[in-house]
Amino acid sequence: MTDILERLQPIFRDVLDDQNLIITRASNARNVEGWDSLAHINLIASIEQDLGVRFALGELQDLQNVGDMIDLIERKLQT
Amino acid sequence: MRQELLYPFDAAHLLRHRRRLRRELLEGGSWIDVRLAVLAGSTAQEVVDLLELFLLNDGIRPVFYQSEYNRYYEEALFDSARLEEFQPDVVCIHTSSVNVLRYPRLTDSADEIERCLDSEVTRYESIWNALTTRLGCQVIQNNFELPASRGTGSLDGASPAGRTHFLGRLNLELARRAQADRRIVLHDLASAAAIPGLDHWSDPARWFSYKIPTTPAGSAMWAHSLANVIRALYGRTRKCLVLDLDNTLWGGVIGDDGADRIRIGRETAEGEAYTAFQEYCLELRQRGILLAVCSKNDEAIAREGFSHPASVLRIHHLAAFVANWNPKSENIARIADALNIGLDSMVFVDDNPAERAIVRAQLPAVAVPEVGEDVSRFPMMLDRGGYFDVISLSGDDVNRNAQYAANEERSALSAMYADYGQYLAALKMRAEIAPFRDVFLERITQLANKTNQFNLTTRRYTVSEIAQIASDPAYITLYGRLEDRFGDNGLVSVIIGRREQAVLHLDLWLMSCRVIQREMELAMLDELIERARAAGIETLAGYYLRTPKNNMVADHYLKLGFDCVSRAEDGSRSEWRLDLKTNSAPRNIYIARITE
Repeated sequence: MTDILERLQPIFRDVLDDQNLIITRASNARNVEGWDSLAHINLIASIEQDLGVRFALGELQDLQNVGDMIDLIERKLQT
Repeated sequence: MRQELLYPFDAAHLLRHRRRLRRELLEGGSWIDVRLAVLAGSTAQEVVDLLELFLLNDGIRPVFYQSEYNRYYEEALFDSARLEEFQPDVVCIHTSSVNVLRYPRLTDSADEIERCLDSEVTRYESIWNALTTRLGCQVIQNNFELPASRGTGSLDGASPAGRTHFLGRLNLELARRAQADRRIVLHDLASAAAIPGLDHWSDPARWFSYKIPTTPAGSAMWAHSLANVIRALYGRTRKCLVLDLDNTLWGGVIGDDGADRIRIGRETAEGEAYTAFQEYCLELRQRGILLAVCSKNDEAIAREGFSHPASVLRIHHLAAFVANWNPKSENIARIADALNIGLDSMVFVDDNPAERAIVRAQLPAVAVPEVGEDVSRFPMMLDRGGYFDVISLSGDDVNRNAQYAANEERSALSAMYADYGQYLAALKMRAEIAPFRDVFLERITQLANKTNQFNLTTRRYTVSEIAQIASDPAYITLYGRLEDRFGDNGLVSVIIGRREQAVLHLDLWLMSCRVIQREMELAMLDELIERARAAGIETLAGYYLRTPKNNMVADHYLKLGFDCVSRAEDGSRSEWRLDLKTNSAPRNIYIARITE
């Protein structure tokens, strides 16, 4: 399986309009510039579209950072 | 123009690249600045972000004010200091069917339902009044799309207590009141939602999570539709439709195929699609949109296409006509000069993707929708783009004659007819009946080979046989085209008569089922008798050859007054005669004749 972080990288760069942005597992809305609430909605929609997953209600609210999101996506892609 | 912002657009792409697109769009051009307040009943940010892209693409640079979430009513009526300070040019009441405060309940009495309706309508009206008197601004009010789910299926539309029924009434009432006040413009959200359809429009999960009622695609459709209204409000409606000819206004290449062979008219599915597109263009013209032709063709030959009997568009409908072999981008620029309008007032339609690409690259201000190659979809693709949308049809735009004619038609339609004859008279039928012409040979052949029911002999012919018969003096041939109040039915009837001395044998008599019971056969017979007599014929000989499908015409000749001279015992075949010396009085009374 391709590294999910690698697949998320261009999505974050496009949505946040910063082609030099480097996200890591530790990235979150507080330490990444421009990651506001609407950017968040866009990120989720783009990730769903691009990776072919669908997040259920409530699945996203406990995520602390990109690492948590990657783990969630991995679980979804395995099942 | 950024092509990615013209319909059909990819919402996911627009959202993902929104910030870059916005940045790039803002680098260019001169702007109309608009202060736009959005008073929202849901989280409007996504629609607002997309709206900004669509407006920037149209040369409108918005500055936004957004109400607190779901405070559209309060901010408009009471709490408007911040809004007043913003001094909006336009206020959008960003509501949808999630904002209906109280739908009727199934147990509600008729009075209670009326009160529900009245309280919704009054609420919006008080918003409008507060905004227009205090801020002097233009108000855009959404109507209501159908809800994502309904309780009682079809009954929901039928019963006054149903949501579907209620929203329909609410929309009509809002429209009626908005029409009475030119400071209020109704944005037809219901139709915007219908384009993707409710399954692709509504997303309850996003509603619960973010208070966004729509999918990303729904938000994009909403924003685009709203941008079309704002564009129209600021007079950025396009003024001129520039059209290619071959395979755009008619099927085929007129320079190769000849004017007789282009495909247009009611006779074939393909021809009908081109006719429908021409009619669509003519409707645009009737409400003030200029039509122009830009074609790679020899000009004299290209013009012949508009003299084709089935062509809806005529040369005099065209404000400009350029046919030559120069690049289309140059020709479109010439047309803009000649008509004294800007390139940003023009829309170009061409079935050829290469031509579209060149015009886009050379003349970025011209809108070149991705119409595809299928003419049947051209009207839809132009509609969706909203290029010619207007907010009202008052003033010079309207073709009043056309309106009056339409009203007249409606009142005639609603009238009751005392008998069938009155109905036929009200159809105002007109027929063109004449010997075969080259331009119709293919249609005649096609009709001969596919008509099964109203067909006396069911003889089949090839196109070369038909062509041979058409030019053979031993035959009297007739085709019939029939028009009525509702339009042109096309070529619908064919007779082939073969003479032997003073007898004309009717080898073929057929009629399309779409005009059965119109007495078209009487008009055909009248013409046949006239031409036969002029040719010295004394007797018509008719034949009925039974097939499994043509029972409906077993008594055709009997009804027309022919005498039966022989009949097979099993009824499979009969022969009939009409003596023209004693039977030549005209029979048709309802169909007027067109003479070419």
